[in-house]
Amino acid sequence: MAAVPDDASVADSSALLEASGLIKSFGPVVALRGADLRVRGGEIHALMGANGAGKSTLVKILTGALTADGGTITLGGRPRTFHSTSEARRAGLICVYQDPSLLPDLTVLQNLKLTATPISLFRHYLAELGLEGFDLQSLPRELARPTLSLLDLARALAIEPQLLLLDEITASLPADLTVRVFNVARQLRAEGRSVIFISHRLAEVGALCDRATVLRDGKTVGVVEPAQGGEERIVKLMLGPVAEEVAAEAASPSAPATGAVSMEVRDLKAGMLSGVSFMLRFGEVLGVAALEGQGQQELFDCLAGVRRPESGQIVVGGKARVFRHPADAIRAGVVLIPADRLQALLRQRSVRENIALPLVNRFSRWGPINPRREKRRVESAVKRLQIDTRVQSEVRRLSGGNQQKVGIARWLASGFNTLLCFDPTRGIDIGTKRQIYGLVKELAANGSAVLLFTSELPEIQLACNRVIVLFGGELVDEMPASEADEQALLRAAHGLPSEADAEQQAPEGA
Amino acid sequence: MVRLVQQRSIVVLIALLVALAGLIEVIRPGAVNANWVSNILEFAAPLGILAAGQTLVVITSGIDLSVANVATASAYIMASQAPFGVTRGIIAGLLVGIVVGLVNGVGVAVFRVQPLIMTLAMGLVVTGTLNVYSQASVRSVPGVPDVIHTLGSGTVLGYVPVSLFLWALLAAVLIVGLRGTGFGRLLYALGDNPEATRLAGVRGWQVLLANYTACGLLSAVAGIVLAGTVNAADLSLANVLLLPSVAAVVIGGTSIFGGSGSYAGTIVGALILTVLNSVLTLLDVADAVKQVLYGAIIVLLAAAYTRVLGRE
Repeated sequence: MAAVPDDASVADSSALLEASGLIKSFGPVVALRGADLRVRGGEIHALMGANGAGKSTLVKILTGALTADGGTITLGGRPRTFHSTSEARRAGLICVYQDPSLLPDLTVLQNLKLTATPISLFRHYLAELGLEGFDLQSLPRELARPTLSLLDLARALAIEPQLLLLDEITASLPADLTVRVFNVARQLRAEGRSVIFISHRLAEVGALCDRATVLRDGKTVGVVEPAQGGEERIVKLMLGPVAEEVAAEAASPSAPATGAVSMEVRDLKAGMLSGVSFMLRFGEVLGVAALEGQGQQELFDCLAGVRRPESGQIVVGGKARVFRHPADAIRAGVVLIPADRLQALLRQRSVRENIALPLVNRFSRWGPINPRREKRRVESAVKRLQIDTRVQSEVRRLSGGNQQKVGIARWLASGFNTLLCFDPTRGIDIGTKRQIYGLVKELAANGSAVLLFTSELPEIQLACNRVIVLFGGELVDEMPASEADEQALLRAAHGLPSEADAEQQAPEGA
Repeated sequence: MVRLVQQRSIVVLIALLVALAGLIEVIRPGAVNANWVSNILEFAAPLGILAAGQTLVVITSGIDLSVANVATASAYIMASQAPFGVTRGIIAGLLVGIVVGLVNGVGVAVFRVQPLIMTLAMGLVVTGTLNVYSQASVRSVPGVPDVIHTLGSGTVLGYVPVSLFLWALLAAVLIVGLRGTGFGRLLYALGDNPEATRLAGVRGWQVLLANYTACGLLSAVAGIVLAGTVNAADLSLANVLLLPSVAAVVIGGTSIFGGSGSYAGTIVGALILTVLNSVLTLLDVADAVKQVLYGAIIVLLAAAYTRVLGRE
């Protein structure tokens, strides 16, 4: 391999955790083929890699959820092998995952007792995270997801770990809570303890981490200091030789399209959503920008037939439609790609069956399947999306990015005219992300209409022609992509007028 | 790779089947002969057909606890209507299965009743109604018509049971149908993830309704064949086959949580259970002990199976 720019000789003496040459395979699939990781005491260390690079496997080995096939782990200079997570926990290693792990039907207090968590320390860290006075009798089932993530984190902190692993914890957190998590991580560092931080958001890594270890194809390909312009290097290392190519593709924002109207929404009301009207044209990608919970979920659910609006009209192809079931929307050519890919996929079934599912979705298609025709359709979709797999394998064995591609490939195989993408790149690595945006643009260029919500505002310009902004359930702004830089979107998404407008209006008190 | 594991698991099951047969040969040398094989197949056929319907339902992550009651009722109605014409009897018997299956389907698919509750309750309703019917018609236990007797216990060329032909035909339809039709795909899809199936534009209730009806129909067929095999149609004919019908499915490798499995596995499962029964009978153990052993062996098999295959 290329020279790994690492100050190894210096680090050795102060290494808290040192993993070298870790190997792990699942049957014929090799997840790790020689991964190295060296974390110093009092360091926040990022673990980076594209989907399927082996990050999760490495984390699971470090925390005892999996045992490595080869390689060594030393903790504080002593060689260790963990056979269970509780063993790793006793040694001071604990991981907080993206999905909160509290049992939904026990109270928070009962959950804590289950894991023998010291309550007073838990309360202390909860206060650090901004949740002082939290009622321990509440049921996790009734709590918001960001709160659950914080509870999970406080529970991990309460055992005072030597090394805390944060696996994509910020993916489901709004910006203000992310800041609190960062502060706690910095505090651990100041106390001489260490944090391993995993995130797909490069800006977070740059702001928080001292060093970053980059994995690719199960191997460590470099250790980088992300702070001074290291982000570009990380991206290059993660992507490998294809990096330049893909980077070139992230083109300048496209101009608004002028095609025929695919879908017109008139005064749509549903739950949080209170009277939204807009038009979506063929040949354009219309971005939806909004903070968490501003009605975008309701909007997409109504348009896809998942939920019925309380009032308002959805006009597709010139006709007002009532979608009672997703099948109605699909028949009108409107298809949805949900944020949670597992919500849309059959995990135990093959890639082929997953992609072919809409091909058998009505009564008239219950009969024999023409295997040649199906194979042709599935394979052309797989090829177009470059899904990295043999089509016979189970979907649950694929990486997150490839799973999302399967969810998209399904509609390429069955055909559609309007694509609703709800945060399609959540928790997906940067290479796949760019691929997905490239595809979305290409679909629009070929005449489809695309409505795209993404929780990562900077990405709007990457894919869209035009943007609408939702705030408090209302459509508060619309702008061409060329004006929709992160700052403009952030202002609008917080319900603030644009800078130009703000200057015109006389400031009143606030 | 998945397919490989699945195929290997079938090989393991067949090996187990052969081992059990070997055990019989050791206990009583000369017992395993063409006649014995013929008998095993004859007794496995009704169970295999009953477990066929169960397989369809379990694949969708449901369960049908009324299969045995339906089989019993179908056989009894068939026999009691046969004096007015054998065809009429058979049609009446099959109708019982279709109607009960439809009701189960409406309950589960339209009114979203838990399959376990729905089918358990329907099983009770069926048995109760059958008792009322038998008392009202005040006849002795009806006899089984000759055609059915031949279907259930006749042989061709001395050894090949007639019921095997019916079973083989149904098996072919099911195995091919599950793999190669839209309906089969949708059963697996619903068992794996009903929400995803809905998002793909599938109206799941139609599939479930058809599926529970198919299960009812297969249960009726199984009951009629069984009546022919034992040459009687009493009020508790198939009731002992309820748990074996579930056990055959589970031993055959169909996940009780739905979304995966095959009828081929269930066939081997039904054969294993039948041979196991034959072993216990040969050992001449008391009925109570037999039940204990039977239960214990099923648990062990299921546990070993999960362990070997590493299913979650």
